[in-house]
Amino acid sequence: MNMLARSPEWGDLIRRDRVRGDLYRDPAIFQLELERVWYRTWVYVGHESEIPKPHDFVRKSIGLQPILMTRGQDGRIHLLLNRCTHRGNQLCAKEQGNAVNFTCPFHAWNFGSDGRLVGYAFPDGYEGLDKKAHGLGRVPRVASYRGFVFGSFAPDGPSLEEHLGGAAETLDRLAMTSPEGEIEIKAGFLKHRVKANWKFILENETDGYHPAFVHSSIFAVADSGIGSLYGAKSTALTRDYGNGHTELDLRPEFRKRDVPLSWFGTTIERLPDYAARMNGAYGEAKARQIMIDGTPHVMIFPNLFIAEIQMFVIEPLAVEDSVQHVTALQFKGAPDLNRRMRQQTMGSVGPAGLLLADDSEMYERTQRGVHASDTDWIYLGRGEHRERRDGDGFMVGHATDEVPSRGIWRHYRALMEQA
Amino acid sequence: MIQAQSKADLVHDVSQFLFREARYADDHRYEDWEGLWADDGIYWIPANGDDIDPERQMSIIYDNRSRIALRVKQLLTGKRHTQEPQSRLRRIVGDIEVLKSDGRELHVTCNTMIFESALRGDIIWVSRNEFVLRRDGDDFKIARKKVALVNNDKAIFTLSFLV
Repeated sequence: MNMLARSPEWGDLIRRDRVRGDLYRDPAIFQLELERVWYRTWVYVGHESEIPKPHDFVRKSIGLQPILMTRGQDGRIHLLLNRCTHRGNQLCAKEQGNAVNFTCPFHAWNFGSDGRLVGYAFPDGYEGLDKKAHGLGRVPRVASYRGFVFGSFAPDGPSLEEHLGGAAETLDRLAMTSPEGEIEIKAGFLKHRVKANWKFILENETDGYHPAFVHSSIFAVADSGIGSLYGAKSTALTRDYGNGHTELDLRPEFRKRDVPLSWFGTTIERLPDYAARMNGAYGEAKARQIMIDGTPHVMIFPNLFIAEIQMFVIEPLAVEDSVQHVTALQFKGAPDLNRRMRQQTMGSVGPAGLLLADDSEMYERTQRGVHASDTDWIYLGRGEHRERRDGDGFMVGHATDEVPSRGIWRHYRALMEQA
Repeated sequence: MIQAQSKADLVHDVSQFLFREARYADDHRYEDWEGLWADDGIYWIPANGDDIDPERQMSIIYDNRSRIALRVKQLLTGKRHTQEPQSRLRRIVGDIEVLKSDGRELHVTCNTMIFESALRGDIIWVSRNEFVLRRDGDDFKIARKKVALVNNDKAIFTLSFLV
């Protein structure tokens, strides 16, 4: 079937300030997204610190495709397709571990941690089988930034750094939260499934309009200091970095407070070891600035969300079925900070999270809502009259404005229009 | 024989306590449910296996007593959207065993199956629960409750009622 024949007029579905509900509920559009977003652009897969030693592996995915992220003998990272090249059997069923070789349980074909075919059972049954041609399939392009490993199924195209563009700086900022400049992902993932299209999650991550309402229950009973960041008087900014990457820049609010670690709802008195290490690593003035500014709140298109203290990875399962994988960010050389990160993360996110269970409720209700198709536009025009360019040329708006959603859809449309 | 009788009494008392805890949770009697907890209670729902280290690895819930109180306070606001409307719930608690008991504390296990009917649809949750119950006059307090969901290694839907 010719995919192009089914391709809609994207301009009829996506306008500057509004999009059609079809985009969240049409299975044919989901199929096109797999082809043009998930199997083309750079997609976040995993973090280098999840597989620190040679032959470590962890199961991941890109779109619907099962991926094995491995580290070879030489330390190089591979994104391999988790599928035996003989008859397509799922090669590795273990979630993660360390293995020099993967042996397929079906007919004992055997692959190295770098994906090469090592051997197979009863070799006299093959005459001149070229082992080199039967290595595991692999994601053609693999690149990492600050330890975040991305894969692209497109054999050529923009480099990862070109794709990240201005948003790369947010990951630099994140790394500075560690006195050793390194992020680690090692606390395990909560896996939260929602009956909703993946793009509702993508858009919500940098929507600063909803917290005052969706999270009013927790703001009413916990003195977290988060609520004021998203009020009508907030000085925080929404930002569109281009290429679909968006940010809620909370630094203006934290700089107003001018209290180190206020972004994390704590003080240097409570985390003295961390503060001392930061002073040692960056000098007092710079350490103070880092500890005032805090970590970023940034959504890297299409699936990596850094939410100050935790990281989410969005996995699409079907047009109305998605999983949010979430874990606490951990910073090398910051054990007391990390402990608190884990505690706060467990409280706020995941299936029982005091915050995320309500976000997820909205994803599912919006999914049901868009099945009412009579007036099918979703309106994303908030703050168009007051958006402006920042000093770096990126579009910014008020904390509650829909600058991020407009940026995401502009990029999405550009991707979908490339046949 | 006297000993066998008292063991049966103990299992009976524990069972009645667990049934009451289940009923409070099913009926969303949040304050009554919270009243069952000891002041140092720990409420734990592990993820990715039953025996992870909750101090190092992510759990679905790992609440100390003050976070249990916060969770209940949030539900009581009436604005916890994921529980407005509340899930309709009924659970069966069975296979209750008292594994260990001394004058002060009892280690109890049971299996639980919960049927949840919510806006999203209907879900069955199944778990093995481990309790540490502390004697409190003629009654008990929960010093520790661990809920080991059978599918805690998978992606699960929102779990926002008291499980």
